[in-house]
Amino acid sequence: MSVFAFYLFAICVIAGGLFTVISRNPVHSVLWLILSFLSAAGLFVLLGAEFVAMLLIIVYVGAVAVLFLFVVMMLDIDFAELKAEMAKYMPLALLIGLIILMQFVMAFGAWESNAAAEGLRAQVTDPQVMNTAALGLILYDEYFLVFQLSGLILLVAMIGAIVLTLRHRGDVKRQDVVAQMMRDPAKAIKIHDVKPGQGL
Amino acid sequence: MTNDILVILPEIILALSAIAALMVGAYGGQDKLARPILWGISAVLVVVALMVASSSSETVQAFNGMFVNDGFARFAKVVILISAACVLIMSEAYMKKRDLLRFEYPILVALSVVGMMMMVSAGDLIALYMGLELQSLALYVVASLRRDSVKSTEAGLKYFVLGALSSGLLLYGASLVYGYAGTTSFAGIITTAQAGETSLGMLFGIVFLISGMAFKVSAVPFHMWTPDVYEGSPTPVTAFFATAPKVAAMGLFARVLHDAFGNAVGDWQQIVALLSVLSMFLGAVAAIGQTNIKRLMAYSSIAHMGYALMGLAAGTAFGVQAMLIYMAIYVTMNIGVFAFILLMEKDGQPVTDISALSLYSKNNPGRALTLLVLMFSLAGVPPFLGFFGKLYVWRAALESGLTWLVIASAVASAIGAYYYLRIVFLMYFGEDRSDAVDSNRGGLLGGFLIASAVIMLVGIINMFGIESVAGLAAATLVN
Repeated sequence: MSVFAFYLFAICVIAGGLFTVISRNPVHSVLWLILSFLSAAGLFVLLGAEFVAMLLIIVYVGAVAVLFLFVVMMLDIDFAELKAEMAKYMPLALLIGLIILMQFVMAFGAWESNAAAEGLRAQVTDPQVMNTAALGLILYDEYFLVFQLSGLILLVAMIGAIVLTLRHRGDVKRQDVVAQMMRDPAKAIKIHDVKPGQGL
Repeated sequence: MTNDILVILPEIILALSAIAALMVGAYGGQDKLARPILWGISAVLVVVALMVASSSSETVQAFNGMFVNDGFARFAKVVILISAACVLIMSEAYMKKRDLLRFEYPILVALSVVGMMMMVSAGDLIALYMGLELQSLALYVVASLRRDSVKSTEAGLKYFVLGALSSGLLLYGASLVYGYAGTTSFAGIITTAQAGETSLGMLFGIVFLISGMAFKVSAVPFHMWTPDVYEGSPTPVTAFFATAPKVAAMGLFARVLHDAFGNAVGDWQQIVALLSVLSMFLGAVAAIGQTNIKRLMAYSSIAHMGYALMGLAAGTAFGVQAMLIYMAIYVTMNIGVFAFILLMEKDGQPVTDISALSLYSKNNPGRALTLLVLMFSLAGVPPFLGFFGKLYVWRAALESGLTWLVIASAVASAIGAYYYLRIVFLMYFGEDRSDAVDSNRGGLLGGFLIASAVIMLVGIINMFGIESVAGLAAATLVN
């Protein structure tokens, strides 16, 4: 059963990736991308990494892919033109890609990791502890410092977004609740006795 | 945990005061409070620097080795903190005049300094990356602080895109190193590397890590962002880019190379030597045609990073000591030169054209003389402190048998001397021009300029004792 599920998810990931690239309509591309994210999440569940699967769905499908969808639908980008532009650089890109691929084949062909490293990486947490709980323990204990630092990084990102985009306009009228409540007829209304034949 | 927190107390104080300043600024009057916040943050930076300098001289690890507080980190941190405080104080008048002084600016600078302090103290690849990102992200924002100017936004965008690319390279290298070492902590990597020969995959990881870090120190061939970002950013921000982040990135470079790959010196030595020689030559040659003094300083900083990398290429404790001394001198010179650039004005408008300095010695002989001292020092002309910085890295490289590198760098510095001396020539023997810069009042900036020039002269007596401190600092890193 799990073998069947593996092949199903694996084929979906590959097909999704393929159609993401070759779809003519960018909206379809994003939908195919979501399919491959979901299938990849399925693969993670099969591996027993249910937390990563959850993250993949929440972060990638829930946030990133939807953001892509918005960008694609909201912005008026001529993808056909972009592709034509890309085609100009294709031969050079392929050449560089080929060279890098050959280098990597050479490098990983000689994949030799020493036993100590294998041992270190194979260290797993207590099998009694759930994945998510184990991650939480590590995150708030061993990696406490970097966890706090990532909070600071997000703070900087927020300050940056405000600094670069917020503009205070002088001509905007803002609601002042206290002033509104303090108003009374005596201050707000002025009674004039207008004489016939004269204006104010 | 309490002990761990005491170790990172300087970082906590700085981060908390930045957040407090943010609250004060946001709720208490926005940019009207920019000046007090700027002065407050500068004061905190100086206090934290004193705290770091006076703390006990032992090596302490915190958070399971994520954070290392040793002599090396303390030396780098003091240089970073003091230079950041100087640049902040220098920014005030310039930014006030151009309506750029926003209260977020000193806060972002303080947060990026927290990132830099984490970088030089990192004992783990993850802590390294977090520090680096905290620093870079704040720098991207301050680069495009003048958001109405096309050049400034372009500078921010270029810096951001290329910075993200370099972070990608660095992360890829880090993942390879993790794969082949089985751990992300530097102490763990060095023991695994000791067990066997450096595997090919690990070597790939080192190369990618070095590429990512070379981008941050703007070493050739990862320098292409530097001139545009230096030119486009507001001048005080450029002054900041040229000082503290460079020290932090060099500190990080030394930390990774020695703490994590200290017994694979042969593997990375040639890479660093190549980066060094390329930077020195490109910095020297490309600066010749520049007409904008900010671009010129960008190429100058590329060349200077080449000399500092030469110290690292030596791969010895003396090499690290030479690098630290070089960086301290480089930062002092740059603070002086940027104080001068901030003072370059014509009818109240900032001027960055070099030819506007024609016959400046007639307008303002005193200030021209200080710039002469600084330019000679940058060029490495013997009686000034800049020469001694070069002497140290040359000695370090010679002792490690990198004679070819020393000869190449002597040639490069002879070429580079041309453009520094051209500025001096213009100031004293240029032609009379109508658009020459005014002789305005110096104020605080003049003080920084004079202090920097005086240090270049007086420092040659005993270098203010920095030599022995740097020696001790290097000894804690390399053993």
